[in-house]
Amino acid sequence: MRVPLSWLGEFVELPKNSNAESVMAELVKVGLEEEGSHGYGLTGPIVVGQVLEFVEEEQSNGKTIRWCQVRVAPSGKKAGDGGEDVRGIVCGARNFEVNDKVVVTLPGAVLPGDFKIAARSTYGHTSDGMIASAKELGLSDDHEGILRLATVGIDPEVGTDALLLLGLNDEAAEVNVTPDRGYCFSIRGIAREFAHATGAKFTDPIDSVKPAHGEGFKVEIKDDAPIRGRVGSTKFVIRSASNVNAAAPTPSWMVSRLKLSGMRSISIVVDITNYVMLEMGQPLHAYDSAKLNGSITVRRAKSAESLKTLDGQDRKLNSEDLVIADASGAIGLAGVMGGASTEVSQSTTSVLIEAANFDGVSIARSARRHKLPSEASKRFERGVDPKVAEYAAARAIALLVELAGAKADSLGSFVDNSPSATTVFLPTNFAAELTGVDYTAEEITSTLNEIGCVVASVDSGFEVIVPSWRPDITHKTDLVEEVARITGYDRIPSRLPVAPPGRGLTRRQKMRRAVMNQLSATGHVEVLTYPFLKSEQNSYFAEVNSARVVLANAMQEDVNEMRLTMLPGLMDAAKRNVSRTLTDLSIYEVGLVFNPATSSKPVALPNGTTLPSAKDLELLHQSVPQQPLYLGALFVGNRISEQVGRKASRSGYADAIQAARVTAHSVGLELDLVQATPKGFHPGRTAALVIRGTEIAVGYAGELHPELALAHDLPRQVGVVEINLELLFANAPELIQAGAVDTYPAATQDLSLVIDLNVPAGAVLALLAEAAGELLEEIVLVDDYRGTNLEEGKKSLTFALRFRANDRTLTQVEASVARDNAVSAANAKFGATIRA
Amino acid sequence: MSENTEITKAAVDAVVSDALKLIQGATDLASLKAVRSQAVGENSGITKLSSLMGKLPGDKKAEAGKLITAARAQLNEAFSAAESVFYQAEQNQKLLEESVDVTAAPMTQVLGARHPLSLLQDEIADVFIGMGWEIAEGPEVESEWFNFDALNFDADHPARAMQDTFFVEPVEAHLVLRTHTSPVQVRSLLERELPVYVLCPGRVFRTDELDATHTPVFHQVEGLAVDKGLTMADLKGTLEHFARIMFGPDAKIRLRPSFFPFTEPSAELDVWHPGAKGGARWVEWGGCGMVNPNVLLAAGIDPEVYSGFAFGMGIERTLMFRNDVKDMHDMVEADVRFSKQFGVVL
Repeated sequence: MRVPLSWLGEFVELPKNSNAESVMAELVKVGLEEEGSHGYGLTGPIVVGQVLEFVEEEQSNGKTIRWCQVRVAPSGKKAGDGGEDVRGIVCGARNFEVNDKVVVTLPGAVLPGDFKIAARSTYGHTSDGMIASAKELGLSDDHEGILRLATVGIDPEVGTDALLLLGLNDEAAEVNVTPDRGYCFSIRGIAREFAHATGAKFTDPIDSVKPAHGEGFKVEIKDDAPIRGRVGSTKFVIRSASNVNAAAPTPSWMVSRLKLSGMRSISIVVDITNYVMLEMGQPLHAYDSAKLNGSITVRRAKSAESLKTLDGQDRKLNSEDLVIADASGAIGLAGVMGGASTEVSQSTTSVLIEAANFDGVSIARSARRHKLPSEASKRFERGVDPKVAEYAAARAIALLVELAGAKADSLGSFVDNSPSATTVFLPTNFAAELTGVDYTAEEITSTLNEIGCVVASVDSGFEVIVPSWRPDITHKTDLVEEVARITGYDRIPSRLPVAPPGRGLTRRQKMRRAVMNQLSATGHVEVLTYPFLKSEQNSYFAEVNSARVVLANAMQEDVNEMRLTMLPGLMDAAKRNVSRTLTDLSIYEVGLVFNPATSSKPVALPNGTTLPSAKDLELLHQSVPQQPLYLGALFVGNRISEQVGRKASRSGYADAIQAARVTAHSVGLELDLVQATPKGFHPGRTAALVIRGTEIAVGYAGELHPELALAHDLPRQVGVVEINLELLFANAPELIQAGAVDTYPAATQDLSLVIDLNVPAGAVLALLAEAAGELLEEIVLVDDYRGTNLEEGKKSLTFALRFRANDRTLTQVEASVARDNAVSAANAKFGATIRA
Repeated sequence: MSENTEITKAAVDAVVSDALKLIQGATDLASLKAVRSQAVGENSGITKLSSLMGKLPGDKKAEAGKLITAARAQLNEAFSAAESVFYQAEQNQKLLEESVDVTAAPMTQVLGARHPLSLLQDEIADVFIGMGWEIAEGPEVESEWFNFDALNFDADHPARAMQDTFFVEPVEAHLVLRTHTSPVQVRSLLERELPVYVLCPGRVFRTDELDATHTPVFHQVEGLAVDKGLTMADLKGTLEHFARIMFGPDAKIRLRPSFFPFTEPSAELDVWHPGAKGGARWVEWGGCGMVNPNVLLAAGIDPEVYSGFAFGMGIERTLMFRNDVKDMHDMVEADVRFSKQFGVVL
């Protein structure tokens, strides 16, 4: 809401030298957050001038200018800049005559954009100032020549300060109005709040208006289908005026205030309705009476009914839309926008003013449905004071009389089914119990009185009748907020509550942190990516026709799926980094992936103000898709770059598998690797990750399919790993049981086995480990040799084994026996033989 | 060198002198080792002399023995001394040869980093863990009931229109990307025993275009306490403690009246940031208030018995003014340089 200070000052006392900043600083104290200030940005001297004579001079560039003599001060008096009373001024416009009164910016004046006016040589003359257009003054976008004051209906003295005259020295404070304070979309409401903030005296603008009820115009409210049980209109006031001069100019003070409020001046009738709306918060609509067909009915739209609104759009109406209709059909979308058929024009002579109260929900839905948020709908959505309608109508009629030569008529109507005032009971101690401030009964009463409540002290508290402009106050906590905010939140003391003894992070939370800290400690960089993917991105790794969680209103139409996998986001992240010449990457992300709910059936939402039944709650929980926590990591370029004394180490599947090992190890688990060919991965360089001692596969590690990598402008070899952390965590030990650390000397043995090429080393290692028995402390694969000296189709695997007993020094003979047992098993299962 | 037949002082002196010459003639450990046998070992003069001991008459043995022992000691000492000198010299040489330019030390492992947004969430969590609170989490695709209805958002509340909220198809399933972490409040109240003191950090979504200060995907942290007798004073005290830990002992907070459907009274929260770049100042930090009775009712809690407070703030915004991050793009583009500035602490 933008508030011109001159207007605000009419209804509340502003301190001397107030400006937009100081006004906003006060308003923020009562909850109206500052948004900024608006002014014309003009500095004088800018005065009223009169064109005494001019000569038209054609220029070599084909342009014709006027060399004018302009009186800028009464004869013999000094002008606003201290100079002569008549000035020679070059003017490019030709829309004026001799004797016209105009606005002259004299040397020393500054226009918006730091445009400094000075005497300057142009077209062979010294132009001693400038004759201004309405656009140059910021009054309108009209740049069709200079502003002739006669067109705004005034004939002021030459030399008059034009800034003051036209309201161009005014400025507006803009504040943010929260949804509970609809009444603050008016000067009336803001003035009231300013009074609350400062204690200054507030004068209600309706106090100076005498409403009169018109009679004889038939209005029928016929709502056959109230929305959520609320009748579409509870109040409908019609007043009328005849003999209207609709072509009368809007006075400049009104133009200026509308402009500062963010509205354009359109015509005197429309400007008056807007002006009264801004002042009192009551949206008004003006009909050209001559264009009306009989009486008015407020009803829901009929099927297939349509309406041409004031913006020229033909709109198909919905049966939920509340419309204003006459015998011809719908003539307005109630509370949103009027219709074109009854629009007032320059030739209108009689006018009907509508001041109605419409249901906020109905108006909000219509405004949204027709994508027509208007100044009117904004106010109805948040609630308009039902008492103000007749005052606003009367004020509009009075302004038509004053400014458009109109005559007030008795024709009109007055329908009022407004609900009665709300009464809320506030227990004596409740404000203290909620805020920690010991307000006195006197403080509570006077504060609530101040905001317009009627307060009666009863036995155990206060009976509070809420003012008509505060439909948001329905509960005792609402009253407490009023008491707290008006007396100031700085009254609230500070006390640190003591929570019951906490249990710290959950095991899952600890494991999640451990994984991330451990990955970062081992040279991986955490990144965060958006979880939105194109369908094809999910399909890199999932079946094309697999179910997805799909957004109904994605920001980019084709990026409308929630991720099933972490990898496409990391691929995009890698692509961006590579494009910035960050070509060596080890990145990871921990986050949720989204598996569609088994049934994405329509769900009826339970009421939000009571605890739903257990069954309803269960349905709600079931409706929410599974969202397990996943880890993804991706490697591009070198894991370690070339440096002094070191060759570069290119990253790939091994780094991906290592990241998986780090992850598992972080939560006390080990992984076995099984060659695998999941979709989107390199078919020969990928392992399924199986928790050791189980059959549970928690993910894959390996390399991206080279075609996918290349399609993302990445190198052919990209290491990737993805792990379902939910599954990993669920299988992690609750408690790690310590084993003894044996201190007897160890015996080490090396073992080289010749074996078929297609036998996985991991399987051999696992078998050896098992068959070597309890004495085996560690076994490591140290070489995989393929080449000469070996039979075709064979390879040689070399293992280093370390044996240790827990009760004696082991002899080499004992170690050899254990080793031989392992060899026998490998021979039996895989045909392995000891390499000669 | 004459062949001695008697162990006399002169004879001993002579072999000692010869041996010392050999020792002194050595130039390094190897040449010293080479003369070891001749100077002090099996083939040395002193050994040969001592072999005559057996032939000596008993009364001469003691004196001769003394001479031999003293000479041996002298020679061994000389040999050890020489050995020590040469050993040191060789060690010094070796160390010299092993020297490297340490300023060119290679990185044996690349350095990793956490993302500052996730670090900051952990850091905030730790503040509240320290006060006995617990950390609660919830789904990002959420039922409208938890995201709106249970939080006192009317069915026709503007936030439920498509322009702010991401909806999931089919819209009749009433699933949204949560627009705030507040649904976790409701879940916590439904799942936990009273009293409840929980902190809910997490990712949230709104249909804002990415620019310097907005992103459609961002993070919040929200706190909720529901207990008997909680007041706005408890809210203020909690926020003050939190602010001081995040921004230093001189930090303070200020509440301004505001509106949220799920709190009443409601307030905007400003923090006095003593370390702000360009000088200490008030910074808008988040929103807070006393839990609206309707929210308690939706969770089956009697608002006449229990009261509560809640607060929430943006993690991105907090990181921006706490660590002087200037552009939202840096936080969402996954450029590794951004995370690497922070490492694993903020």
